[in-house]
Amino acid sequence: MRPFTDLHAKAAPLPMANLDTDQIIPKQFLKTVEREGLGKGLFYDLRFDAAGHPKPGFVLNDPRYAGAGILVAGDNFGCGSSREHAAWALEDFGIRCVIAPSFADIFYGNCFQNGLLPIALPEADVRVLMDEAKGGNHVFSVDLASQTVTAPSGRLFRFEIDPARKEKLLQGLDSIGETLQHAAEIDVFEMRQALGQPWLERA
Amino acid sequence: MAGRTLYDKIWDAHVVSQDPGGESVIYIDLHLIHEVTTPQAFAGLRAAHRGVRRPDRTLAVADHNVPTESQALGVAAVADEEARLQLETLARNVADAGIEFFPMGDPRNGIVHVVGPEQGRTQPGMTIVCGDSHTSTHGAFGALAQGIGTSEVEHVLATQTLRQLKSKNMRVTFTGAPAPGVGAKDFALAMIGEIGTAGGTGCVIEYAGEAVRALSMEGRMTLCNMTIEGGARGGLVAPDETTFAYMAGRPSAPKGGAWELALAHWRTLFSDPDAEFDKEVVIDVSRLAPMVTWGTSPEDVTPVTGRVPDPAALGEARAQQVRRMLDYMGLEPGQPIADARIDRVFIGSCTNSRIEDLRAAADVARRATERGRRVADHVRAMVVPGSGLVKEQAEIEGLDEVFRRAGFDWREPGCSMCLGMNPDRLAPGERCASTSNRNFEGRQGRGGRTHLMSPAMAAAAAIAGHIVDARKFL
Repeated sequence: MRPFTDLHAKAAPLPMANLDTDQIIPKQFLKTVEREGLGKGLFYDLRFDAAGHPKPGFVLNDPRYAGAGILVAGDNFGCGSSREHAAWALEDFGIRCVIAPSFADIFYGNCFQNGLLPIALPEADVRVLMDEAKGGNHVFSVDLASQTVTAPSGRLFRFEIDPARKEKLLQGLDSIGETLQHAAEIDVFEMRQALGQPWLERA
Repeated sequence: MAGRTLYDKIWDAHVVSQDPGGESVIYIDLHLIHEVTTPQAFAGLRAAHRGVRRPDRTLAVADHNVPTESQALGVAAVADEEARLQLETLARNVADAGIEFFPMGDPRNGIVHVVGPEQGRTQPGMTIVCGDSHTSTHGAFGALAQGIGTSEVEHVLATQTLRQLKSKNMRVTFTGAPAPGVGAKDFALAMIGEIGTAGGTGCVIEYAGEAVRALSMEGRMTLCNMTIEGGARGGLVAPDETTFAYMAGRPSAPKGGAWELALAHWRTLFSDPDAEFDKEVVIDVSRLAPMVTWGTSPEDVTPVTGRVPDPAALGEARAQQVRRMLDYMGLEPGQPIADARIDRVFIGSCTNSRIEDLRAAADVARRATERGRRVADHVRAMVVPGSGLVKEQAEIEGLDEVFRRAGFDWREPGCSMCLGMNPDRLAPGERCASTSNRNFEGRQGRGGRTHLMSPAMAAAAAIAGHIVDARKFL
């Protein structure tokens, strides 16, 4: 996994609440057996009309936000389906950080598996960032080590993050490798369970 | 020391180790998998030269992509090349790993959240995961069941564990007795209407109260299924005699002496009377009418006797949201919801495709036929059983005939039009009375308009040609 340390990028404002994972990556893009290439389907129905032409009003079609690496969105971002394709699509499109007042649990966890940083900030702060993002062509800075977002005006916002998740993101750690260090404990758990709850063992 | 909740008990019993940072390694008793969220996980394992630790604790089905006809042909029935590749990839992956798999056309195949309980693989006290957010369904058995992403699927395949931070405890108590025609789907929609789609974020919800005790296992599964629409990853109902009666004799349920041992353990699975919950909600179901969604989020719900909101009466931020939703849904501010004319009806999905759901819908269809009525001319209505075995049972009971005679299309099992990943989907602008779980924009097909409701309500809407109070058909 690509580590996340810091990011200096344009931020695209998407002032909508409950942006569900069906909207982030619609169903027709879930038939892939690959992780890569999903950026083309990101926010597909919001980005393109029925004929497949870009909708000019949508922020990610606005040339002023071209190359944006940060998304500033509304409440409960990533709710709905567990599809990790949502995180893959954002990453593939070039978004490495999403800032919102709140995130749905499964999406939030999926971000950390993909080098994507979800930042939850109070609604008032998100509104300020949203305003500063308007017009594009401004650079925001995100620094994970110090847990801060710096807006183009210089205003600084500190965010909270679970220390273990932060560390993994900073180092780009693979959690399977980490868990396999506990292999002996898993063995013991299984032996204990086989004795205590023998009905769970399938013949 | 304060007592423990049911969630605490299941969690404690599955902690393999705890990191100083706070994350725990939790053992997973059952891993359900399907074609859409696993190919990248198996590819990841191969790339890292890792194997599947417990194929015997894993069960695979094909459900999201499958067409709901001609399944006897197997994968050849799938016209979409990408979908076929995904199904073939699953078949190859599970064969390589030695994982039990019910392929398309096998009567045991069906929607993953119908199959697990039906086979007795889902059991009280278990930890269960699946790369699907509606895994919460299995909480109906008093199992800690949660949806996970594909990286976590890979993690569970490799280690049979999950790394997780413990959630908070929330309890929703349903008191009173519901009026006839009001059931589990209405409880769920009413709850989400009250707490909002983020109301349960960060929590596991335990459902309690006499109205939950009185629910069948099918009803409890409907309720737990919708938990994720309220933001909580898991929902729980403490197991009781209803649970044990459902479990007994299922193909993978314990037998003989093992059954007695299991039962003794299952009877310990409840929240202690002095257990404390971080969040409590109480809902009196005796006051509920059948519920329907009007917007594009499951929290946008109204009794069928109610009206669509009028943005003019709302604060600016909410008004803007509501205007956008009404525009998408093609509804007028303040209109009675029951005036909404429908084009399609979908009875099915992991929320409402079990035998009891089909009986409730068939009951409405039968009564309508007796009065000389059938599915309205302008409506296409489909009934999609949750599994091959549900389909067989319904056919033994003659429900297929009841549906056909009333003008419903009787289909083969799968996720079908719940998520539009297979040929069953809405055309732009079509309005659907649906027993599924999400009314998100485009969920059932681009531009499609979804109204969530119970099976009886959806069947009644098919006959009336518009949203209607199903109690008029009882």
